[in-house]
Amino acid sequence: MKEQKKSGSDTNRNVGKVRDIVLPGEFIDEKKGRRVGKGAYFEGDKVFAKVLGIPIVRENQISVIPLSGAYIPSINDTIIGIISQVEISGWLVDINSPYIAFLPIADAVDEFVDVARTDISRFYDVGDVIFCKVSKVTKDKTVRVSMRGHGTRKLYGGIIIKITPSKIPRIIGKGGSMINMIKRKTKCVIYTGQNGVIWIRGVDKAKAIKAILTIEKESHTVGLTEKIEKMLSEGD
Amino acid sequence: MVKTDEKLIVDGKRVDGRALNELRKIEMTVDIVDRADGSAQVSFGNTIAVVAAYGPRELYPRFLQEVDTGILRCRYNMAPFAVDERKHPGPSRRSTELSKVIRLSLEPAIFLEDFPKATIDVFIEIVQADGSTRVTGINGASLALALAGVPMRDLVTACSVGKVDGELVIDLNGIEDNNSDADVAFAMLPNKEKITLLQMDGLLTKEELMKLLNMAKETCKEIYKLQTKVLRQKYEVV
Repeated sequence: MKEQKKSGSDTNRNVGKVRDIVLPGEFIDEKKGRRVGKGAYFEGDKVFAKVLGIPIVRENQISVIPLSGAYIPSINDTIIGIISQVEISGWLVDINSPYIAFLPIADAVDEFVDVARTDISRFYDVGDVIFCKVSKVTKDKTVRVSMRGHGTRKLYGGIIIKITPSKIPRIIGKGGSMINMIKRKTKCVIYTGQNGVIWIRGVDKAKAIKAILTIEKESHTVGLTEKIEKMLSEGD
Repeated sequence: MVKTDEKLIVDGKRVDGRALNELRKIEMTVDIVDRADGSAQVSFGNTIAVVAAYGPRELYPRFLQEVDTGILRCRYNMAPFAVDERKHPGPSRRSTELSKVIRLSLEPAIFLEDFPKATIDVFIEIVQADGSTRVTGINGASLALALAGVPMRDLVTACSVGKVDGELVIDLNGIEDNNSDADVAFAMLPNKEKITLLQMDGLLTKEELMKLLNMAKETCKEIYKLQTKVLRQKYEVV
């Protein structure tokens, strides 16, 4: 996420200009002892792109931000999930990924629950939307989420939209500048999950959705904040 | 299948007026299937393939899941109206084989180990056939996979080469394919110079085959330029 913020602060802002992109298999740079991050791989001393995206070449790391692709969970991600099934001692959660997450009751409810006697759907039921945290991912991608931790909660009402997960940092913007602007201008409450799910409730939902989808579509261009600000100010 | 006794190469010109080492007109369009994660339409002359890629996504039935790697599933299908005489719809021995060789030619390019228990699905529909359909499908599949954001070692580029009327030619069309002395389907990872598909039908000497492989490599590099161009173009226009 930090990488995106860094590259978003291009000094010579040229609105509408397209950033350089790399295609899978294209040579990015010599490795020179640097770490190879997500979206890139190395052979010998050469680093190549793994996905179609924007290359980030820095002093200690080379990576590529993908422009599309599915969400692959990793630990400590804050995500928005939808309860898809109620089990005996927990819930299965759809996290907009090839993998389903499990929410154990111990990580979801503070009080003592006798699972033998209680129907736990009174805490969370099928279709409920939760803002949660990925607490564990195993090597074969068995995923566990938790309702413990800062900011996790159940989300009531509102609507959900899904975008490409790698574009979430762009929606949030540098230090939250983009998302705060959208919230302010549209008077909406917005939660963004790192899995590409966005939950919106508020006055001008349609405008907020339009802004978010525009960012998704044009995330590879420079000077987007100004454009979105202008778009949201129209009709005020 | 059209068999002909006429000469297919006259004065160094082929039936459609091409030179021996000339490609047909190639057109590539991306994002034509709205609901797919990545899609492309590729045409080599009159051969048109529509390709859609989905995934990585959940894999069911569960017994197909592999705990240490994802899997790739390919479906090659030819529309009944794609050929002169109506093709019986549905899978056939031919399409089953082609689905398999296409899968094998794409697999080395994809980091399947990044998605244990998941699947990547590629659907190739031939809507108009005029020779070299499998390589057209592979070229489209590689575009669709790149657009779907699937991690790959390289794009996959494919072409067909062969021997017609005793001459070595590239990019065979339907009539040449049916009357050829030999035809070779070829796919490679252009940046790595690694071959992922090599099939031959007919008779060739060793020298001819080696010569054809070199021709195929050169052709693939030309096609690769078109593939990269179309992928970049998508992100040029805002």
